[in-house]
Amino acid sequence: MTSTVSRFVLLRATVLAASVASLFGGAAFAGTPQDGGTLTAIVQPEPVTLTSAINTAAPTGFISGNVFDGLVDYDLDLNPKPALAERWEVAPDGLSITFFLRKGVTWHDGHPFTAADVKWTLENVWKTIHPRNQATFGRVTQVDTPDDHTVILRLSEPSLAILSSVNSNGAQVLPKHLYEGTDILNNPYNLKPVGTGAFVFKEWSKGNHLILERNPNYWDKGKPHLDRIVFKVIPDAAARAAALEKGDVQYAVFSPVPLKDAERLGKLPSLKIETRGYEWISPWLFFDLNVDNKYLKDVRVRRAIAHAIDRKAISNIVWYGFAKPAISPVPSTLPAFHDATVPQYEFDVKKAEALLDEAGYKRGPDGVRFALTHDFIPYGDDYKRTGEYLKQALKRVGIEVTIRSQDTAAFTKRVYGDRDFDISSAWFAAFSDPQVGVTRAYWSGWVGKNTPWTNGSGYRNPEVDALIAQAQGQARQEDRIATFKKIQQIVQTDLPSIPLAELKFFSVHAANLKDVVTHGDQIYGSLKDAWFDKAASN
Amino acid sequence: MALVVLGIAVVNFFLLHLAPGDAAQVLAGEAGSATPEYMAALRRQFGLDQPLPLQFLQYLGNLLTFNLGFSFRHGLPVLELIGQRLPATLLLMTASIGFAVLAGSALGVVAARNAGRLADTLISTLALLFYATPVFWIGLVLVVVFSVGLDWLPVGGMTSVEAGYGGWDHVKDVARHLVLPAATLGLFYLAIYTRLMRAAMLEVTTQDFVRTAVAKGLKPRRIALRHVLRNALLPVVTMLGVQVGSILGGAVLVETIFAWPGLGRLAFEALFQRDLNLLLGILLCSSAVVVVVNLAVDLLYTVLDPRIDFAR
Repeated sequence: MTSTVSRFVLLRATVLAASVASLFGGAAFAGTPQDGGTLTAIVQPEPVTLTSAINTAAPTGFISGNVFDGLVDYDLDLNPKPALAERWEVAPDGLSITFFLRKGVTWHDGHPFTAADVKWTLENVWKTIHPRNQATFGRVTQVDTPDDHTVILRLSEPSLAILSSVNSNGAQVLPKHLYEGTDILNNPYNLKPVGTGAFVFKEWSKGNHLILERNPNYWDKGKPHLDRIVFKVIPDAAARAAALEKGDVQYAVFSPVPLKDAERLGKLPSLKIETRGYEWISPWLFFDLNVDNKYLKDVRVRRAIAHAIDRKAISNIVWYGFAKPAISPVPSTLPAFHDATVPQYEFDVKKAEALLDEAGYKRGPDGVRFALTHDFIPYGDDYKRTGEYLKQALKRVGIEVTIRSQDTAAFTKRVYGDRDFDISSAWFAAFSDPQVGVTRAYWSGWVGKNTPWTNGSGYRNPEVDALIAQAQGQARQEDRIATFKKIQQIVQTDLPSIPLAELKFFSVHAANLKDVVTHGDQIYGSLKDAWFDKAASN
Repeated sequence: MALVVLGIAVVNFFLLHLAPGDAAQVLAGEAGSATPEYMAALRRQFGLDQPLPLQFLQYLGNLLTFNLGFSFRHGLPVLELIGQRLPATLLLMTASIGFAVLAGSALGVVAARNAGRLADTLISTLALLFYATPVFWIGLVLVVVFSVGLDWLPVGGMTSVEAGYGGWDHVKDVARHLVLPAATLGLFYLAIYTRLMRAAMLEVTTQDFVRTAVAKGLKPRRIALRHVLRNALLPVVTMLGVQVGSILGGAVLVETIFAWPGLGRLAFEALFQRDLNLLLGILLCSSAVVVVVNLAVDLLYTVLDPRIDFAR
């Protein structure tokens, strides 16, 4: 136990040192960026397609963000910064949003980038087939393009969430001249994308590697610094750790190695562990309790389970410190929306037992009150360990848990389609506005629709549904914040799902690779600022 | 024979459709977010909105015209995908099985000729050790020692794309990448051939025609190589036939550890992604290869052992 704790403290110190170093590293110590060099990065799993506009999967976003620019980027505090849009205005009544586009930007094939591209993509992709944007852009009734560099969105009611998802991942603009009139999902350019970004697509050898090259005509003069980025597919976690350690690969994202390897790699002088760049995603981990289950439909049982779980232990031990205990489904990384005053369920085994007794489930002669199953999200060992922790924690209060495992397709069908489960685990991205990422877990319209990553618990509360609808249409941010806080209070009282931890994904990069994280949406953004410090290389 | 392959295809089709969930669900799951409209669009794109019997008829029709179908996930025809991965798998399997057969048989012969002595014990122990050690463990240890530690060989992949080699440099580069995966896989197979060869040699040695050869006064070396070895090859060839048949299945573990872009990984991933067209295509090709190789092995027997003849 002591060794676990001290290892953990060391790890925390390493992570802290790494982030402090990279915070000051770029400007204070390393000097001016140097041009040139090939960056080799790991992409895992291999992406299906390279356009985030039709597939929001993480590996697609990781590559696509380099080929396509967004209308904006988000800085580390999630404020929008100009990219393809130089500036933007929201009308006082919230019923129109105007983007003023950068002039002189061209697609990689030389075609000029204009307002027509934005209008076409919004109408034909974001509003129709984009997996996440139909709700966000649903209130856009008309798109006006008074000239080639102005786009005006007319809204039926205000939709402030739009401004928090117009980066390259949230709302990717596709080249109209290559997509118009085609079958968008089967368009060949999805596999050989033509964007406006800092890097141009070169080749994709399936199962092997993918190459991007420097865009010499990039609008942001002087960038990018790197000549080439090679993305390699390395399916085995231990092999990824070896490749990073040896220096064959200089950059990998989304917690690319097991947490215990991260500790070891972080101590090497040639590597750095970085937890910034994931702010825009704001992931949180939770247990969904199936409210149709005969035990779990009783709120006292749900609260008892929450009291039986030590969320500090989950963050510090199960997740090696790469997590922070969560108290609300809106993570504290969204400080404006997060409500710290929601009902808390502190770790208290006695209270849990008392609640279970009160609900009428006394311990049987064998000490067991009742049995439940647990299906963990099949995304690796960390989630399995979380499930094993749950089993132990609930055994202490007399609930027997059987852990089941399956692959992703079977898991999502079981939880979101068949609803044949008792307790499941999942992590969702909250994104920078709870409307985009959080409300889907509680809106009753999603129950049993067989749509992955929505309302898994089966929670149906008309009051919450009404508040969700209300928040979407409020024009003033303060009103929306108040509504979201009200939602948090209710769902944390009813507790259909138990927030466990705000996950801290990490990236591993070579120590001489500088400015690799400059944005809050970095892992879905562009590596145009990254450069190799040749003096420091060995 | 064609009937066998067709039968396998039919069984595969219905077996794979028993797996819960479909490709649209996997894609939506990976996307991290979805709407029913998005999933309906995907299912329409993949042809999954058709009833199962109709899908089956379509599949059957495609098969009869030698069309393996289209992998919607990869956006490419199945045949093209298999074609892209086949060279890597062939290279890995030829290198590892070639190494295993040659080295394994040689070790088996040496062990048999020194049966009961130190060399035999040593070889048998080593063979057992390699056979019993999990492949992924051998692979990782080789990587840690020869790549990370000694820095002699690359960690994984098939080429150093960053260097952009051409011509002979490219061949040398691929060869360097091939050493570790081929050795990892080869060491496992090697054990089988060593044991097999040793047992067969010992068995043949006790037979009458060998005693005759000894009585004729032939040199032991000549007896071992010309009379015993040739007859002892039969079980080895049978084993080779079985293993060559698994070429298309590839070596999932080794390809995964070394990021080798082969068919095994493609099939493995296709299963998790419910890319049934692709998986069915790979399975069908493997079963065809198994059938053909079995035939070839039967024919090879007649060359090795004149006593075996075609039935009339």
